[in-house]
Amino acid sequence: MDIGSVVENVAVELLRQAVTKLPRDVKEALQRAHREEESDVGKTQLEAILNNVELAEKTGTPMCQDTGVIIFYVKAGAQAKGLDKIEEALINATKRATKEVPLRPNSVGILTRKNTGDNTGRYIPYINWKIVPGDNIELTAFPKGGGSENVCALGMIRPGEGLNGLKKFVIDTVLNAGAKPCPPNILGVGVGGGADIAMKIAKAALSRPIDKPNPDPELAKLERELYEAANMTGIGPMGLGGKFTVLGVNVDHANRHPASYPVAVAVQCWAARRASARIHPDGTVEYLTHKVV
Amino acid sequence: MAVYKLKTPISEEDVRKLKVNDVIYVTGTMITARDSAHKRALDFFKDGKEIPIDLQGLAVFHCGPIVKKEDDKWTVVAAGPTTSTRMDLFEDEFIKAFKVRVVIGKGGMGRRTTEGMEKYGAVYGAFTGGAAVLAAKAIKKVRSVEWLDLGMPEALWILEVEDFGPLIVAIDAHGNNVFENVQKQVKGNKQKIYERLGI
Repeated sequence: MDIGSVVENVAVELLRQAVTKLPRDVKEALQRAHREEESDVGKTQLEAILNNVELAEKTGTPMCQDTGVIIFYVKAGAQAKGLDKIEEALINATKRATKEVPLRPNSVGILTRKNTGDNTGRYIPYINWKIVPGDNIELTAFPKGGGSENVCALGMIRPGEGLNGLKKFVIDTVLNAGAKPCPPNILGVGVGGGADIAMKIAKAALSRPIDKPNPDPELAKLERELYEAANMTGIGPMGLGGKFTVLGVNVDHANRHPASYPVAVAVQCWAARRASARIHPDGTVEYLTHKVV
Repeated sequence: MAVYKLKTPISEEDVRKLKVNDVIYVTGTMITARDSAHKRALDFFKDGKEIPIDLQGLAVFHCGPIVKKEDDKWTVVAAGPTTSTRMDLFEDEFIKAFKVRVVIGKGGMGRRTTEGMEKYGAVYGAFTGGAAVLAAKAIKKVRSVEWLDLGMPEALWILEVEDFGPLIVAIDAHGNNVFENVQKQVKGNKQKIYERLGI
């Protein structure tokens, strides 16, 4: 078995699943928001989003014209064969998916301003590696839209401010973002570690289903509190006013330096696209987020 | 929150009846125009040159569509709205010069455009951000494309649409602006939220 071609095919399929169909938890959260939204205008926006999601699913078309920058998370079993083939396979998959799905070409040189046309380029697609025990390879495709990326924020708050400083920073980020990130949003909040670590875990936290609270009861409480506070702002769907500014808040943390208290907020638009699969050593594939018909 | 179905050409009288938070659906002719097309159209106007289409009573959509050409025929694949604030630089002049009646986009527009809409008679219809498939479905035909030298997203696409919407009237022709109102309310809620969080 050629692991490279298995990974490539699976990654193309994951990109297609991600951009054409929302994960169950996000769709359910949008449906719930639609039922519970108190603003009539807000309701029209949620209805339009749900109609759009249905149409995208039915026609196999990307749900938003911005199909994002392509990010992969790879949990590679240390005993799995062919790990050296994965990077190339993911780059090839990105090029193929750009043509086959299709995806909008979103990879531009910072000096040349040239679009490569195939969603690849320096460090792109970006691959987050984790070596884990075992012999499976778990892949997650995570195409990330630009509008919501532009309001992500990192705060190096003073440790003396602690939890209150954290809460203020998260809420101020939501208030400053307003209509820009196409709300209702999902917030990934990464705390501690260091500047880079906080943002890394904030973004990775967006991959956790929003109906699964943090296993730590204190942090689950914090998630709940931030969710309720963000939905008190009145920004509402698309910033037109209403109850649902966020669909969920996922917090993750790392221990911190005594003198530092990094807080990172990764903002995700309603088109919260992600798809995962597990590849077994014999080449069989288990799709984890989307059912394959 | 009344619902209106409008057919182009739309009269000034009809748009002046609309109020913020009304829902509208547009049928007829719509053009796409982003920064470059707005600028070129206004340059043409200043030089006394004709632009490719008479825009009086039509709708202009802030959108860079994904369009494909098969057998010499263009089809719109995805056509979500782009951020409208960039067009604040041009929109009041554009409405004055060409008498478009509905401006469509996402995220809202500023004071200058709001005043232009009040003065010259136009409304801003907010289309749901990202809802690209919904938009493409309502676009029945690409009538033609002009100024393709500006690139696919920036070109002036002339489209036939049917019940294009829902569009929330976020700026009406009477100086009201939903996004400004929401921002004011949000600012007012800030202290309450801080108190709730104990900060």
